[in-house]
Formats: sequence, C-alpha cells, structure tokens
Amino acid sequence: MDRVILIKYGELTTKKGNRKIFINTLYSNILKKLKNLNVNIFKDMSRMYIEYLEKDSNEILKNIGEIFGIHAYSIAYKTESNIDSIKKTITEVLKDNLDNKPYSFKVETKRSDKSFKNNSIECNNIYGGHILKTFNNLKVDVHNPNIVVHVEIRSDYSYIYLNEYKGLGGYPVGTLGKCLAMLSGGIDSPVASYLALKRGIKLDFVYFEAIPHTSLEARNKVINLARKLYPYMGEARLIIVPFTKLQEAIYKNCLENYSITIMRRMMFRIMEKLTKRFKALGIVNGESIGQVASQTLTSMNVINSVTNLPVIRPVACFDKLEIIDIAKKIDTYDISILPYEDCCTIFVPKHPIINPNLNTCLEMEEKFDYNSMIEEILNNLQVITIDNCENTEYSDIL
Amino acid sequence: MVYLDYSATTPVNKEVLDSFNKAVAEYPGNANSIHKLGSKSWHLLEAATKQVASLMGVNSDEVIFTSGASEANNLAILGVVNKYKNRGKHILTTKLEHSSILETLKYLEKEGYKIEYLKLDKNGQVDINDLKSKLNDETVLVSLAQVSSEVGIIQDINKIGEVLKDYPRVIFHVDGTQAVGKIPVNLDNVDLYSFSSHKIYGLNGVGALIKKRHIELEPLIHGGKSQTIYRSGTPTHALCASFAKALKLVLENNNDKYNHVLKLNQKLKESLETMNDVVINSNNYSVPHIVNISIKDIKPETMLHALEEKDIYISTKTACSKDSSMSLGVYELTKDKELASSSIRISLSYLTTSDEVDYFLEVFKTKLKELRFRKGE
Repeated sequence: MDRVILIKYGELTTKKGNRKIFINTLYSNILKKLKNLNVNIFKDMSRMYIEYLEKDSNEILKNIGEIFGIHAYSIAYKTESNIDSIKKTITEVLKDNLDNKPYSFKVETKRSDKSFKNNSIECNNIYGGHILKTFNNLKVDVHNPNIVVHVEIRSDYSYIYLNEYKGLGGYPVGTLGKCLAMLSGGIDSPVASYLALKRGIKLDFVYFEAIPHTSLEARNKVINLARKLYPYMGEARLIIVPFTKLQEAIYKNCLENYSITIMRRMMFRIMEKLTKRFKALGIVNGESIGQVASQTLTSMNVINSVTNLPVIRPVACFDKLEIIDIAKKIDTYDISILPYEDCCTIFVPKHPIINPNLNTCLEMEEKFDYNSMIEEILNNLQVITIDNCENTEYSDIL
Repeated sequence: MVYLDYSATTPVNKEVLDSFNKAVAEYPGNANSIHKLGSKSWHLLEAATKQVASLMGVNSDEVIFTSGASEANNLAILGVVNKYKNRGKHILTTKLEHSSILETLKYLEKEGYKIEYLKLDKNGQVDINDLKSKLNDETVLVSLAQVSSEVGIIQDINKIGEVLKDYPRVIFHVDGTQAVGKIPVNLDNVDLYSFSSHKIYGLNGVGALIKKRHIELEPLIHGGKSQTIYRSGTPTHALCASFAKALKLVLENNNDKYNHVLKLNQKLKESLETMNDVVINSNNYSVPHIVNISIKDIKPETMLHALEEKDIYISTKTACSKDSSMSLGVYELTKDKELASSSIRISLSYLTTSDEVDYFLEVFKTKLKELRFRKGE
C-alpha cells in the first residue's frame, strides 16, 4: 500500500489572497529541506503530499517537524476514491497500527470531492460499520474516542490516517521578507531569532566583535548558535562587525554610565546601514523589557531614536524563565551559557544609567567622529555562511 | 586463539582505536578550558554526546558520560536515593543483577533501605503480578538489567516500564550493559539507562548513564559542571569520542550480526545438548550471544583452565564476580546449587566464526572426557 506524508497548512489558510505565495514558499522550503532524500512532493490548495521511501520515514518526519508553516502532519495511506478500496485500506491501517486490546474509535470523513456519492456523515456510518464488523476489539465512541480514523476523500485519491503530529505552526520562512537579527552569544537573541523565523521572517545575522577584548571562541559560539537555527531556516549569513575601535572610542569619550547606551545607539546606526546593504526590512533582537539597564523603556526610547526601521523584539515581554525554556527546546541554551565575553559584557560600567537623556547622548557623541569609524567598519565586514556543516569536521573521528 | 568471552569484554575495533588516537593527538586541550584548544575539545565532546544521544534515541542533555557501567549503575542508584530521600526507602530489583547493582543495594540496606527481589517465572522473566504487588508508596526505584550478564536473560523493559507508568513516583533504572549492540533498545519507558564502551568493541574506561530530563540526580563526584553537572572531573573527550564511534559501528547492520550469532548459538546448543551431564542454563529468553552451561561434577575453573591450555577463553560466571563460589544468576533460575556452582559462560560475537565454534566443541568434548577420566569415572 502506498503511504504518503500528508501535510496540513498552518495559519496560512486564513490569508486568502496570498495563499499561493505561502503555499509555494512552504513547498520550496520542504523541497530544500528534503533535498538529500528521494521524495516526490505534490501540493494543492489545502494539502501537501510527500511520497517517500520507507527507510527514510524517521528522517522525513523529523525534518517536517522542523518546518514553519505546517499545522499538522500524518502518515496517510493512499488509495482509490471508491468505497471498497477505502474499506480495504482502513482495515490495513488499523491492522498495521493497533494491537488486540480494546479501543474506542470514531470515523471522521472529510469529503473535498463533493461528487463522491455519499456525504461525510453517510461515509462515517459506512466505514464505522465496516470497522465494527472487521474488528472485535473496537467499539464506537464519538465523544471521547481512543482513536480517530481520518478519511479524506479527494477526487483523485483518498487518504486514511490515524495519528496526527503537531507541526511547528507559524508561517513558512521567507514569506514575510528578511530582517537582520543581532546575535550576541547570550540566551535571548537566538530565541528571538527563532520566534522571528516562526513568523515567516527570513534572517541574516549580525555579530559585533571586539577582538582582542572578545575571543575567537566567542565568535565560534555565535556561529554555533546560528547553526542551531539552521534546521528551521536553511542557509543564512552571519555578518561580523569589527567593533573594537568604535567601542574603545566610546569609552574614551563618553561618561562611563552612558557607555552602554551610546554603544547600543552605535550598533543600531550600523544595523540601519547593514539592512540597506543586505536588503533587509527590519531589525530583530533579543531585548526583553527591564532585563538590563539598556532595556528599560527610557533606554529603549533613547537608543531606538537613531533609526526608523521596525525593531522587532520577539521576547520583549517574556520572563527570563520562559526564554530559557525555548532556548532549551531549540538546544541553544547550553551554547549560550558558555563562558566567553561578548562586546556587551566587556567594559560594563559599575552603574549603567537606566534613565538616559537623549541630549546628553547627543552631546557626548559630538565629541568624536563616529561616522568615519562606522564607514571604516562597513568596509571591513566579514560574512560567513551558516550551513549545516555541524558534524562534518568530526567525520574522521566520530 | 578462540575468544569466547565477549560478555566480559570485547576486542577494540581498530576504527575505534584510530578515533581515540586521533582525538588525543589533535584535541589536546581540557574541554573545560575557555581558550581555543579547550573549546575545540569541548566541541568534539559535544558532537560525541550528540551522536550517542541520537543513536540511543534521546536528547543530548540526557547523556552523562561516566567511567563505565559500574559507575553509571552506582550513579543511577545512589543519585536517585540521595535526591529523592523523601519519597521512601523501598527498592525493587532481581537476583539476576550484576554485582555493581547488588552490592550497591546491599550497602543501601545497611543504611536502612528495604531491598526486595522480584519473583521470576521459570523462564527468568519478571513476574508482573509480583511486581505490582510489591510496589508501594515507599518504593523509590526499580532497577534491573535488560540482559542479565550471566545467563543472558532478556527482560521486557517496555512492558515493565508500561506497568511503572501507573506509579509516577517510582523511577525505573535499566542496566543495559549486555543489551546495547546485541538487541534493539527502546528507552521510551525507561528513566535511567546504563551502558559501557568496552562491551561494544570500544575502549575500557568510559560508559554512560542516560538520564531522562524529568529525573534529577545527586552527583557522586562533586566539582561543578563538567560535561554535565551530574558527573564532575575533566571530561575524557577523546574516550567519549571513541565511545560514540564504537556505538555507531556496533549498531551498523545490527540485524545481520544478530542472525549470524543466532546461527552459531543454535549450532553450539545443538551439540551441547547431546553431551551427557551438560545442562544448558540459558533459555529461549536469553540473547543468543550468551550460552551459560553447567557441567556436573566438574569445577568450572578446572574446565576454564583446561580450555585455556588450548587457547580457548570462556568465563566462569561473570568476570566481575569470580571470587565467590556460586552463580547467583544460575541459582535464581534453576534453584539448583549444584548447577549454580558448576556453571560456565560461553559468549559469542558477530566476530565469532563457525570454525571457532567447531574447534571449541571439539576441544570441549575431549576435555570433558579427559577430566572425567582423571576423576576415575
């Protein structure tokens, strides 16, 4: 019997006019994700079907579970759209998946082919009756069944399945354009990036580096964090910003308690230039309201005033523990807590200001020519491709 | 040489040794150091952890590397009882267990814990009804081996785990030392799982405890976070990498390897069955890799050394319990002191050849005659 993976679209079904774009993006995301496997993918306006080789089933299920824009997916048995074949297939599905213990069940028919001679309720009765006749250990319970036998009747084929796996939801990555995500190496920014990806935003990443105050290990940490997001997004770029000179200038020219505020303003100025160069529509970062001095609302006002771009802060209203939960789920937590300094943790003032004044900032910034420094920075960017080379470097050992 | 003591330890796969040598040479840093060399070693350790996790079907943070299965068993048992002191002082196990379980539990008995041994049916299977009747509000842990080391009895850990689901306060530890690489392992219903590298053609000195996320443990070795917070000490990243490699290799073509051993087992048993006064203690619930037999009136050690003369290596009971005189495992199964004090274990591998089995049988028959003759029969 032919088995396929049947995919139900996520929230995208509500977006009537743009449905095609969403479906096509999801289609190409799935295609890219499964490119090393032998699969055929078919799509229509409400479902996608993947034909696959049995030996790959675990790998495919794992991969599908990492794609945004999927509401649910199941392993479905494909059969001709006529009553006898459907009955035969139902028998097979139940035989393959159940033991002899007693279970309650109900049949749920979806008939998108309205020309099929029985309506959904009649189908439920026909197939329910067939199951009762064939299996002694099954009885009907339409309210609280152990098992739901799903029958989807379409014009070309019908699909029978029992279990449904929950997909990640969200929108297919790429449907909503691109942003640049700031990755520091901490716990929050990878989680923010993950949540942005979930809403269909494609990402490239930006890392501010202050060698020799920060180490190459810190850079590797950020690369590894970005790689953890690879399963959800595919290939991306990591832009490394040489921040040392500018950061040192800030500490030379500004009041110590303002240094973080000014540093963040400089970062946002650079981010704005980078979005233009890398054709992005906004900035994503891991700021969480009140977590540190630069993340009070007053600070955010003063810092944000250097840019008109949308700054998306997916974890702005999350508690730290909620953020940590997601970080553990996406497996970035253990990397984030590795003990390397990043440019936000070096030169930390004893008492960073929590209510900075915009005019004070402007006065201090006049004292040095940061524009030419930013210019120099932009001429010395380094861009790394984030791909799936995770284990390859150890292939000779592991 | 005909080596038939694979359950004691296995020869190191050359590829595994190469991995180890390479890792030692190319990753000299302490994985806990924060400089470049250290972080290189750390990343290797991480990749090794990930590989072990994915081969065992668990998450990376659920793998705790130890020095071997005995430490993993100790960490599982003592870690649980020390963490969950308030839950109770009742522990269930069987008499088929390895000494690193039984002796640890004996120690706890002195500390006021009540240790009960589960009833086994005639095939050595845990009696589920007995298990249910012995579980109570005080029970904190059930610990048993998926495959017993002396007789090779397989317990249905899925079924037992299923039963224990109704007792959410009871933690289920399985010693998988003799199971990994021999039979399929599914950890869905298990909380803690121990296994070791040197039983799967890896190096001695490394093992692991799988600890599911919802379980907490009190460490045995304190010292802060290392590979995990549950086991301190400088991470042995090269050993761990070689372990990950060994696990990967041993699981390759698992089915073919199993069937090969099964054939040898049948051949061996068929011939042994025809011999007078030889009783096969292993049964249909044993892994084919382990054939435990008793030879009436001949001391196991005498036979061991007689075979040794012909360069054949087997063991009496398990290698780890050679000091005492009777096999607890065999006694538990047969309730026969004579059988229990005259048992030897022949353990096979996918590396064993049919010729080796033939040679063993030939020598064994001759020695059996000689030894009887010497005894004046």
